[in-house]
Formats: sequence, C-alpha cells, structure tokens
Amino acid sequence: MSTRDKIIYALALAAMVLLTRNIYLIARLPGELQQGAIFKIIFFHVPVAATAMFASVFSLAASVLFLITKNFKYDALAVASTEVGLAFLAANLVTGSIWARVIWGVWWAWDVRLTSALVCWLLYAGYLILRQAIEEPTQRATFAAIFSIFAFIDVPIVYLSIRLFRTQHPGPVFFTSQGSFPHDWSMILMWNMFAMMMLAAVLTLVRLREEDAQREIDSLRRMAHAF
Amino acid sequence: MNFARLVFIVAAKDLRAELRTKEAVNAALAFALVILLLFSFAFDPSAETTRDIAGGLLWIVFAFAGVLVLNRSFARELANDCLDALIAAPVPAAALFLGKVLANYFLVLAVELVSLPVFGVFYNVPWTSRFWQLMLVVALGTWGLAVIGTVFSALTVNIRLREVMLPLLIYPIMIPALMGAMQLTSDLVVGKPIGPENVAWLKMLAGFDVIYTAVSLLLVETVLVG
Repeated sequence: MSTRDKIIYALALAAMVLLTRNIYLIARLPGELQQGAIFKIIFFHVPVAATAMFASVFSLAASVLFLITKNFKYDALAVASTEVGLAFLAANLVTGSIWARVIWGVWWAWDVRLTSALVCWLLYAGYLILRQAIEEPTQRATFAAIFSIFAFIDVPIVYLSIRLFRTQHPGPVFFTSQGSFPHDWSMILMWNMFAMMMLAAVLTLVRLREEDAQREIDSLRRMAHAF
Repeated sequence: MNFARLVFIVAAKDLRAELRTKEAVNAALAFALVILLLFSFAFDPSAETTRDIAGGLLWIVFAFAGVLVLNRSFARELANDCLDALIAAPVPAAALFLGKVLANYFLVLAVELVSLPVFGVFYNVPWTSRFWQLMLVVALGTWGLAVIGTVFSALTVNIRLREVMLPLLIYPIMIPALMGAMQLTSDLVVGKPIGPENVAWLKMLAGFDVIYTAVSLLLVETVLVG
C-alpha cells in the first residue's frame, strides 16, 4: 500500500468515527419546540452545503491553475472536486426538499437559495457533460477549465438576481446574535461540518487516484498503438 | 490595421456569408414562429393573464431561436478548414471574437425584431407602448446572449453533440440575464415604464453584459488557440 493510500484509509476511518459520534449526539438531542424532530436535518443540510461551496472554490482554483501551468494534475483535481461537490450539493438539495415537505408542505419552492443552488447544480452538471463530450485530453481540460470559470462567476450573479424576488428560506440561526440556536448545538453543527469536509476530502482523493489510473491506462494504450 | 477595423472586417464577412445563404436566419425565424404557435395551445392566448407572462414567452422564443444562429457561427467555418485559417490570420483572437459577436448580435436582433410584431398580433399585446425602453432591454439582453453564445459556440464547435451542447451550457449561465430581460419585458409590454421598482433588473442586465464581455475577451484566446 502506498503512503497516499494509507492517508486515504486513515482519513476515511477518522471521518467515520467522527460521523458516528455526531450522529449519536444528534439523535440524542430533543426535538425543537415548533418543528419537532425534523429540525435535526439542519445538522446535515448546512454542512453539506458548506462543503459543496468549498469544493466549487477548489475546482475554480484548480481550473485557473491548470490554464496557467497546463499541468494535468490540476485538471484531475478540478474534475475530482467538481464531482464530489456536485454530490454534496445534491445531498443539500435532497435534505432541504425533505425538510420543506414537512415544514412548508411542498417539496420545492422557487426561492432564492433553492433556485440558485439548483442553477449551481445544473452548471456543474454541465461541466461534467462537457468533459464527456470531448475526446482530446488537452482540449478537454482547457475547455472544462474555462467553463468552470464561467460557472463560478455566474453563481453570485444568479444569487443576486434571484434575491430581487422575495425569499422564504430561513435565515442563518447559528453564531448570530438574532439566532435562537444554543451554543452546544452550534458546536455539534461545526463538528459535523468538519466530518463532511473530511468525507469530501476522502472522496476527492479517491477520485484523484482514479483519474491518475485513467491517465496511466491512456498513456499505455497510446504506447501500445505506437508499436 | 487597428483593432476596430479588424472587428468590423470579421463582422462584415460573417454577415455577408449569412445573408448570401440565409440558412441560419431563416431556420431561426421559422423556429421562432413555430414556438409562438405552440404557446397558443399551452394556455388561453386571448386571456388577460397572457400579458403577465409575455416577457417570459418572448425571451424563451428569443433564446431558442438565437441558439440556432449561434450554433452556425463557428460551425460555418469548419468546412475547408476556414477556422484554422481564421485563427492563423494576423487577427487577435479578441478581434475575431468581437467581430463574430457583432455579426451574431445583428442576426439574432433581426430575428427578434421580426418575432416581436408577430407576437404582438397573435397574442393581442400592445408591445409598442414603451417602444424605446423595450428596445433598450432587447438590445441589452441580446448582447448577453450573443457574447455567451459566441464563446460557447467556439468552445463546442469541435466536440460531439455540438447542437445539443450549446443550449445545454449557455442557458444555465444566461439565467440572470434572461430573468432580468423577462421581468422588464413583461412590465414594458403592458405599459409599465422602467422606474424605481424595476430599474434594478436593468442594472443587473447591464452588469451581466459588462462582466461576461470582459471575461470572454480575457479567455477567448485560450478557447481559440489553446
């Protein structure tokens, strides 16, 4: 086993232990006064959203670095973090939808955050579809990086524009003066955020390893054709 | 030769090529009319409520028909390796890009200006009541469509499923511009002028155009040359 594999397994183990602890703590929390048990979804809903956001920043940075250096390491990082971010954003949308069904009575509302999250999801899904459509590795990496930059710039504009409509999504409740979220709940949320980030890091590393293997296979195939 | 002249030459070349065959413009126009016809079955076309969604309908038509024009913009250059010749020509990538944007802009605008009166007649919408303000919105919205569409037309020209990829990639990116244009158009066609309530959308639309024109000019060299 290589050092990198050992790091992946160690991180995965740590993430699992931390997640188990968090789930145990969250399960033992009492129900909230008005929402009952469903409010506990916030302990996952918010951390996965933050993780997805981190992933998008990561893929932007990797994309820009690729365009500057033309090093395929960064392209692999960009695609790995975009894919993981997309999965986390999907988890965010699904948990939000479940919560909305119970509290609002509908699965979906065309609200600022929901809509911009969905647009964001579609943009990054488009990124992956674009990659699939291009054969040539350099062209694929370059075009994907350019699209990633366009997509990243779009997200704040989408958010601002949809803000001109009214919103019904609850505002932030933790670590703010108006919020009614007790401090130890905030701590659980922070720990779960940490757990999610670790999980995302593990998944990204696994995906990176896959990408490396793929590149090796491609180069071997090219060598075989050359003879 | 200076930059503006190069832009003009590329734009003139594209417009001339299109106007001699009219393949993209005719297709886009026919397509716009077909969608306008289809909408009449989707809801009661004589109802008062039609006016509330007029902006949305119009911009969906514009965006769908516009893509047909934009798809041809770089695909037209594939025959006889014209694209390679264009890129190899002593023209900066930014000038080539801006020239193509201008040509696409006028072509899409032409399709829109024909669709607008047809829409007004079919759906009994008094779209001329705020004519110049509406023209401003159409001009700004179309510029956004032309800029984003041209970049992605260059990006998708060599890839599989080109015709599908372009709309798939540009509509999500266009959402802020389309939202602004739809809101403003809906207001303007019922005679509500641009005022303090909706001027934010106009700023958003203009901001979108400025930001994406700048980003596109910055990245187009990478798209075309690699």
